[in-house]
Amino acid sequence: MELMVEAEELAKRFGPIRALAGIDLAVQKGTTLALLGPNGAGKTTLVRILTTLLRPDGGRASVAGHDVVADPGAVRSAIGLAGQYAAVDELLTGRENLELVGFLYQLGKVERRRRATEALERLSLSGAGDRVVKTYSGGMRRRLDLAASLVGRPPVLFLDEPTTGLDPRTRNDLWDFVAELVAAGATLLLTTQYMEEAERLADRIVVIDTGRVIAEGTAAELKDRMAGDMLVARVADHADLDRVGAIMASLGEGAPHLDPDQYQVSLPTRGGTEVLIAAGQRFSSEHIALDDLGIRRPSLDEVFLSLTGNAGRAADSKAQSGTPSGLTGEDTCKLPAAPRA
Amino acid sequence: MQASSSSARVMRISPMVAMRDAAGIAKRNLLRTIRLPGEASVLIIQPVVILLLFRYVLGGAIKVPGGNYADYLVPAVFVEAMLLAGMSTALGLAQDLNSGIIDRFRSLPMARSAVLLGRTLSDLLRSVFALALVVGLGVAVGFQFHCSFAAALGAIALVVAFGYAFSWIYATIGLLTKNPESAQVVAVLPVFILMFISSAIVPVATMPSWLQPVARYQPFSVTTDAVRALLQGESALPSAWQSIAWSAGILVAFFIIAVRLYRKTNSSR
Repeated sequence: MELMVEAEELAKRFGPIRALAGIDLAVQKGTTLALLGPNGAGKTTLVRILTTLLRPDGGRASVAGHDVVADPGAVRSAIGLAGQYAAVDELLTGRENLELVGFLYQLGKVERRRRATEALERLSLSGAGDRVVKTYSGGMRRRLDLAASLVGRPPVLFLDEPTTGLDPRTRNDLWDFVAELVAAGATLLLTTQYMEEAERLADRIVVIDTGRVIAEGTAAELKDRMAGDMLVARVADHADLDRVGAIMASLGEGAPHLDPDQYQVSLPTRGGTEVLIAAGQRFSSEHIALDDLGIRRPSLDEVFLSLTGNAGRAADSKAQSGTPSGLTGEDTCKLPAAPRA
Repeated sequence: MQASSSSARVMRISPMVAMRDAAGIAKRNLLRTIRLPGEASVLIIQPVVILLLFRYVLGGAIKVPGGNYADYLVPAVFVEAMLLAGMSTALGLAQDLNSGIIDRFRSLPMARSAVLLGRTLSDLLRSVFALALVVGLGVAVGFQFHCSFAAALGAIALVVAFGYAFSWIYATIGLLTKNPESAQVVAVLPVFILMFISSAIVPVATMPSWLQPVARYQPFSVTTDAVRALLQGESALPSAWQSIAWSAGILVAFFIIAVRLYRKTNSSR
């Protein structure tokens, strides 16, 4: 298989901050790779380097076979970029925006008109094409931004958090559209903070944090590396928090996390509904009033904790201190900030 | 290695393509002006206010050789109007850097100089329009042409050339400040300093002796002196040559600085 995006040991520093600390990446032709990570993980920096907007300090990268540093012009001819901040001109109409992009792709008048019309149609903006972008909703702007990245018909697309801040319906429409593009042969690299988005669109997922790759694989592979599901209990009375923690610790699944701010205790488990029922019976026989009890998929926070091993450390510290209340809310909420080897 | 690769990039795009890209960007900027006329009008109003203030409020107290203050002041206001209208270059670039649209342009296979070239050219058109209005107003407040048509054209050409060269200083300011508010505050400084420490409003001979050489030979003064002389039908030498030399020097120096800055600039988003 041909690699359309390739990065080796990519590094970038902004003053004292290491935004990228040696990233390796490969995207095969016609597939989608999702870069998953929290704010500040280095996702946007990586996309900016791959789209020639930023020079790396170390390592090398190529897109569509062209080196991003040595031959940025060739890279630009092969890519489309759409970002979380819709890079369109507010005072131009949708069509004028697209025709300007076509003009800058060195297309002739007839061709850029045709492609603008086509892109407007594909993103359901035909009716709004001759309106000034200032009058567009956030979702329409984002669609126009995506349309602008398609005018040059690039074989490689970079979408930087394409659905951040969009309502669920618009997000779903955009997902369908992006999936169609890939089905038609495009190669896609997408950054996201949403597990769901990565799962839905990507063939492979690369999880990055503090400028490093901390996990990589298909959605299923990554899930197996996580601690399964979470059993979550929310107490009605704050005073019950420690008792609930003790009961959950006795279920034989491992150490629970206490989150006093949220009135919540959570326990990583692979036991599914059996554990849920066992816990429910214990709470009921001990007459503890709960607002909520359920099994849910881990959130991105928990995925990170699980992937970076902090969940284990938090559990250890609790075991040593002997009292579940020794755990503060911070331990369960905070993402690890220190660089890891 | 970095230097050689960046020069290879410049070579790849021919000057013809660069000019075509610049024309596309200029057209976009002019469309913006038409849709948001308020901003451009403000920059045109400033020289009008200066003209009226100095002509009618301060003009009575300022004595100039030859006697007619309108003939003395109005040519300076032509230069001033051109420079003030050109401030939109700093503002427009800073706005673009702030909006993320520069990222779009930089990810496209277009000439890297086109954003700056297109910006300065579209703003030049606007400035010439502002200049035409101020020339009309100057005549209305008592300015008289005492020269041939060719000399008047020559004077206008000097003003326009100086204004275009100066727009590259504004481009540099826009790229350095990266935000419209600071760009506007910073951009107004060089114009006002140059205008007041010059022969524009009062004769240089009335200034302290240590200031006189600066006031006499700085670009605003020599351009104003040359324009004044041309419009009065007098010999404009050597001020005209000095003005052309200043404009050429500013253009070359700040073109190089601005294009370098643009290449290195990350837009703020």
